[in-house]
Amino acid sequence: MRLFISLLPVFLFLWAGTVHAQEESPVTVSFLPQWAPQAQFAGYYTAYEKGFYAREGLDVTLSTGGPKHPSDRSLLAGESQFATLWLSRGIQLRSEGHDIVNIAQMIQRSALMLVAKKASGIRTPADLNGRKVSLWGPLFQIQPNAFFRRRGISVQVAPQSSTINLLLKDGVHAASAMWYNEYHTLLNSGLNPDELTTFFFHEYGLNFPEDGIYTTEKMLYEHPLLCRAFVRASLEGWRYAFAHREESLDIVLAYMKRAHIPASRVHQSWMLSRILELMAPDGNFDALGRLSQEDFERVTSVMTEEGLIRRAPEYSVFHRSFCERD
Amino acid sequence: MKGIRNRGVAFKLFLLLFAGSFLVFFLVLANNYEISRGIVLESVQANASLLTQSTSNRIGMVLSTVETVVQSMSGLLERFSLEPDDLPRLVQGVVTDHPNLFGSAVALEPHAFAGTPDCFAPYAYRGSDGVHTMFLDCDTYHHPETDWYQIPKHLEQPVWSEPYFDEGGGDTLMATYSVPFHRTDQGQRRFAGIVTADIALDWLQDVVSSIRVEETGYGFLLSGNGTLITHPRRDLVMNETLFGVAEMLGDTRIRTVGRAMVRGESGFVRWKSIVTEEEGWLAFAPLGFGGWSLGVFLPEEELMEGASRLTRNVLFLGAGGFLALLGIVYLAAHSTTKPLRALARSTMDIAAGNLDAPLPRVRSGDEIGRLTRAFEHMTRALKEHIRRLTETTRAKERIESELHIARDIQMGILPKLFPPFPDEPQFDIHAVIVPAREVGGDFYDFYRVDADRICFAIGDVSGKGVPASLFMAVAKTLIKAVAAGGAGPAETLRRVNDELAVENESCMFVTVFLGMIDLRTGRVEYANGGHNPPLVLPRHGTISVPPRVAGALLGAMEGLRFETGSIALKPGDTLFLFTDGVTEAQNERLELFTDARLKSALTAVREKPLREKTARILDEVRAFAGAAEQADDITLLALTYYGEEGRDRESSPADAAPLPSERREHGRN
Repeated sequence: MRLFISLLPVFLFLWAGTVHAQEESPVTVSFLPQWAPQAQFAGYYTAYEKGFYAREGLDVTLSTGGPKHPSDRSLLAGESQFATLWLSRGIQLRSEGHDIVNIAQMIQRSALMLVAKKASGIRTPADLNGRKVSLWGPLFQIQPNAFFRRRGISVQVAPQSSTINLLLKDGVHAASAMWYNEYHTLLNSGLNPDELTTFFFHEYGLNFPEDGIYTTEKMLYEHPLLCRAFVRASLEGWRYAFAHREESLDIVLAYMKRAHIPASRVHQSWMLSRILELMAPDGNFDALGRLSQEDFERVTSVMTEEGLIRRAPEYSVFHRSFCERD
Repeated sequence: MKGIRNRGVAFKLFLLLFAGSFLVFFLVLANNYEISRGIVLESVQANASLLTQSTSNRIGMVLSTVETVVQSMSGLLERFSLEPDDLPRLVQGVVTDHPNLFGSAVALEPHAFAGTPDCFAPYAYRGSDGVHTMFLDCDTYHHPETDWYQIPKHLEQPVWSEPYFDEGGGDTLMATYSVPFHRTDQGQRRFAGIVTADIALDWLQDVVSSIRVEETGYGFLLSGNGTLITHPRRDLVMNETLFGVAEMLGDTRIRTVGRAMVRGESGFVRWKSIVTEEEGWLAFAPLGFGGWSLGVFLPEEELMEGASRLTRNVLFLGAGGFLALLGIVYLAAHSTTKPLRALARSTMDIAAGNLDAPLPRVRSGDEIGRLTRAFEHMTRALKEHIRRLTETTRAKERIESELHIARDIQMGILPKLFPPFPDEPQFDIHAVIVPAREVGGDFYDFYRVDADRICFAIGDVSGKGVPASLFMAVAKTLIKAVAAGGAGPAETLRRVNDELAVENESCMFVTVFLGMIDLRTGRVEYANGGHNPPLVLPRHGTISVPPRVAGALLGAMEGLRFETGSIALKPGDTLFLFTDGVTEAQNERLELFTDARLKSALTAVREKPLREKTARILDEVRAFAGAAEQADDITLLALTYYGEEGRDRESSPADAAPLPSERREHGRN
């Protein structure tokens, strides 16, 4: 693998603001997905390994995200020129005055869900009332909180770690889960789908698009072509992953092993399939990366309702699409 | 099928015994195999149970020590109100005192009690250079959110964590035992925090991977979530759950077993090795810690090697014995049926006609001996029968030839020359006789008695065959002799009757119609000795019967009186005489020809020449009888009177006599 940590600070302004073809020395940029290597980011790893970034004249440093290396912090600190963030986090940062820009909205449909064991008697949202529900951090609580508030449900919230063990061991009655991750972990811990009750937020009017690629206003202003090249190569990586799933899985699993992360091919295969489904719910892989104004406004209005932002950013300022295929 | 049916007895016997003993052998072998497998399986099951038990115990010894330590710490914390400042020393001491512990922590519930810090969790761990104590970093590692903290807290009971790789990024597999502890404050028992101990699990992996069953049997450990903690396939360990493996292999059976294992059940099920894909069994049992479950794969082929060897042995022994038995059966069948085959060959000769063919010599008294003697008897009887048959046939042939001669003689005494009187154009006479057997009892006769008169007669002797013909010959001769002497018809019959009756010991009799025609006048005088009255077929008009005259059959008794009757024939009239063989001729439906049919037949041939008349009537009778056997002699005699006009008026030249010379002499001129 050609993953190496560039110790050089990236002084992009040294270049003329354009990215030229391969004959010139490649531009080094750092990219941080928001979590540890897994199929959720298959497209980026694939783009890197298949040389799509290099073809665009980019020497990308792929760092490993996660709780210890939050991508938002990295982006704001200028450590990474590109990072993935959830849309809600992007909006939150923008409304707080950070000059970050969404240059591609990758996941269109929210994978966040609540899941409960049927054995606990939970069948409908109302059954959650008064129950112990474990939830991840604030960003992951926007949808559940709106969901509970809208239905007048009150729950005992327990903090949820990065695993789903608390639910598995019956420490709580319901837990947050990502459809592409924890839900499958439950299935692969021996629970059958018919033994689980699921609440997908996108089915309850709370569809929050998730992963998107972000950069800073400054970066976009000074190096639009570089940004465009990065998005183009990333989308290409995703399209390649869509067409060559096993190969992409091999790539992802190699990254996971290097990071000492338990790597289950079955699990990653599930994840990749779900992620691809979430990126293009209509199956159209030609039109990746757009953020619809409707989705944007849904998220900002819920966040406003929840008191998370005071003023919603302008859609046209927040999202700059580079997604036209050329 | 037909091939087998036609094979020899020895072959069939051989085949039957072969099939029968093979079946028995096969069943015994199969049963033997099943039973020995059953025995092996029982012991395999028992051993597997022992193995899982002993492995569980080995693991349990270590884990229970950890549990005891942590629980006693929890007890200490509950009973003594230790200050937070005491806790680092506590965990340091515990890790130092218990070499099998990797680390230990006491994590306090934030704000549980007045004075409890926001985040307080001293942690002692074993480093390469001794035991160190630190405080878990609350910024990056917020312990109240961790599984090891939350799960026992919410469940309010001790919990073993899922195994994990240590935070140092090393490859050491770890597990944490967490026990919640409580404190009573103002009379209220409240959750106060969690005490934990971490242990490395590499020794556990060693214990489980030391499980060896034959060559390819292995053990594996499953966490409460179904994650493979140890497995011979290193790539699966900590990466996959057994359910993931099930999904990967598309095998729902694995999932079912996995569910039973994580539920803490024990079992013994059919299983396919995930390593070698060998078939076998899986024995599984809960470990009793952390919901972990131990599975032991038992390779069938290797474990059944003993049973298979036994079965192979039995198979070889049995097959040897089986072959020997077949040899014996073959020889026995062959030698038993040897005389039978010899007999079969001899009897084929006999069947081909060689009755003198030698039969095999019989020594035994069994079925084959009896059969041979029976054949001997049969050939003797056959020979005797053939000899007698030959004699009889010879006698019959002689008789037949004699009968033939007799018939020739009989036919010889009847006038057969037609026309008999070519010099007499005034009339013609024609007769046919068809005997029912070779020699008949009917007769006819005609001869000249003087210049103008012709005598004619028809008769029927009772009975048939040689006696009848002899009697007929006598009667005919007598009639001719008497009539030639000048006696009239009645007188002739009277004298013939007397003559025949005198020495008629055989009681035979004869019916006779005797007539004499005067050729000048056409007058016919006649007498009837019990015969069917003749018919008169006039040239014109209806058929009539001559007037009845007294008379009876001849030869039965002496002194009978006969009358003479007379009719006058006009030119063209025909007198038709016949025996009862005509009117009583039977067809296949046993109907009689009858007088009526005869009359109509006669009417039909009225215009025909004389010979054709008799021929047609005879044809008519034969056509009527069809295929029915002729029961009686059939005799016809027809006489046509032409008067002075002569025969010239008769139409066709075809009616001419069979002899052209006669015709030339007495024909149309």
